[in-house]
Amino acid sequence: MNDAFAAAGRMRWGWFIAFAIALVLLPAVSETHTPTLLAIWALFALSLGLMWGYAGILSFGHAAYFGLGAYTYAITAMNTGESTAPLLLALFVPACVAAVIGAMMFYGRISDVYMGVITLVVTLILFKFMNATAGDAYRIGDARLGGFNGIPAFPILNVPGDPSTQIFGTPFYYVSVFCLLGCYLVSRWILAGAFGRVLLGIRENQARVELLGYNAPAHKTAIFTVTAAMAGLAGCLFANWAEIVTPSVFSLGQSAEVIVWVIAGGLGTLVGPMLGAAVLGMLKLLLGQQTLIDNSLVLGAILILVVLLVPRGVVPAFLAWRARRERGAASRRSAQGTRRRRQRPVSGTT
Amino acid sequence: MSEPVVETRDLSMRFGGVLAVNNVNFSLLDKELRCLIGPNGAGKSTLFKCLTGQLALDHSNGRVYIRGHDVTGWRPYEIVRLGVGIKTQVPSVMNGLSVWENVWLSARRIHGRDGARGEADRVIGELGLGQIARQQVGELAHGQRQIVELGLVLAQRPWLVLLDEPAAGITGAETERLVELIRQINQNATVVVVDHDMHFVKMLGGKVTVMHQGQVLMEGASERVLSDSRVREVYIGGRAK
Repeated sequence: MNDAFAAAGRMRWGWFIAFAIALVLLPAVSETHTPTLLAIWALFALSLGLMWGYAGILSFGHAAYFGLGAYTYAITAMNTGESTAPLLLALFVPACVAAVIGAMMFYGRISDVYMGVITLVVTLILFKFMNATAGDAYRIGDARLGGFNGIPAFPILNVPGDPSTQIFGTPFYYVSVFCLLGCYLVSRWILAGAFGRVLLGIRENQARVELLGYNAPAHKTAIFTVTAAMAGLAGCLFANWAEIVTPSVFSLGQSAEVIVWVIAGGLGTLVGPMLGAAVLGMLKLLLGQQTLIDNSLVLGAILILVVLLVPRGVVPAFLAWRARRERGAASRRSAQGTRRRRQRPVSGTT
Repeated sequence: MSEPVVETRDLSMRFGGVLAVNNVNFSLLDKELRCLIGPNGAGKSTLFKCLTGQLALDHSNGRVYIRGHDVTGWRPYEIVRLGVGIKTQVPSVMNGLSVWENVWLSARRIHGRDGARGEADRVIGELGLGQIARQQVGELAHGQRQIVELGLVLAQRPWLVLLDEPAAGITGAETERLVELIRQINQNATVVVVDHDMHFVKMLGGKVTVMHQGQVLMEGASERVLSDSRVREVYIGGRAK
């Protein structure tokens, strides 16, 4: 039995509500600085997981949109002195850039390999460029791009319409969690509809989807744009969390890390990438507190282990194990029932 | 005389030094059943790909018209949207989806959200795929995948059906059923069948176009064409009985 459509669009409301309640109650038992960062990373991984796991588009440079979201927010917040318009622009600018790049790639009949190279090069160009923006010449309004040092001291999120009431600490944690859960719901909604099903078809066989009359390049461009907006939102939240934006948001490390999170958590699920980001992100933070082993070495080792032991990722492997167990229990129940019927004496016999 | 619904004018396609299709002028009338045959490398599949937009063309390659539209350079999905159903040489299906999901996705574009479910059930029933409807297509045998792909074509109720080697991997009774099915489709649609299996083409009947070295060698009724000495010569070196 195979129900890929149902699995992609199925919303497990019980789990979702339980998880949301746990996240809401978390500040009662823990500090919120680290959980906020993990929620932001989870949102970033979710954006790549949606695009890669369900439409089959692997971007080696997803950090470009994360970074664009962060820089757009910082630059516009410096110029406007408040956060509402910058927040919206942090979604809009990455989405527009992705729409243009996506349309060029997907309508241009470019193969997956070249697409990977293009996405990687876009990030590298942004990384190199932002590193070279030191000096007063690189200024957009009141915001100096700052080169390697980046942009510090921009206004952080405030209550819409009230720039004097800033959102930080626990309220900012709730904003980040709200964005994560909201994007998760949007992703599920996308996958449950006809658009999402066409994406699954494209992942399986783009040529066939086109031979069914669907405009595959338009669908791919659309999901590329939507996930870039999500990554931009994650970048904007990251800028607010760190209170500084540097070119490292465009770094190759950032792009590679999110790919590892998605692979380890489980491609083709939404929970997997988020879980991968949260667990491996936490591990990265813990490892950062010691100097004995290099962070990248540990992450690399984990990736190799995951690929060797659970190639589909942790969440799909768990789901497959649970399905096998349920099937085994069902067949055992059926066998026991048959034995009992055989043992029962036939009425009327002596 | 009625206007052709499909027409190529001076169509050529070159791959490096090989001229796979050489100045082909081909036309097809409404509700016609046409078999396009030829030995391996004759250019029939290349011509098929030119008709379906799978090979990118420009006007230096000649012209392709479908129902009066100049579709030269169109992408496959644009051509399909004219009401064309396409079955490719190697079964092109969505392996990770079930049979029902494959057919539903095809039906959804034409029949909308409300009609897609009913249409998918109808096609699956008609093709006898009910037993394997919930099975992943990637797990099926080659012949079954061929039938599933035919189901994808039928679910869109096209007026022009282009089938590239539909009988490949199908045996005995299944072939007879396929011939029956293609004739049934032909009652409401124009059908082009590309194949190199003479026996299958004989069973289908209709008009036959023979291709050889990228050009049209001969065209006519199947009995006449298949018994022609030139066709036998290019096909099996004149050893046919």
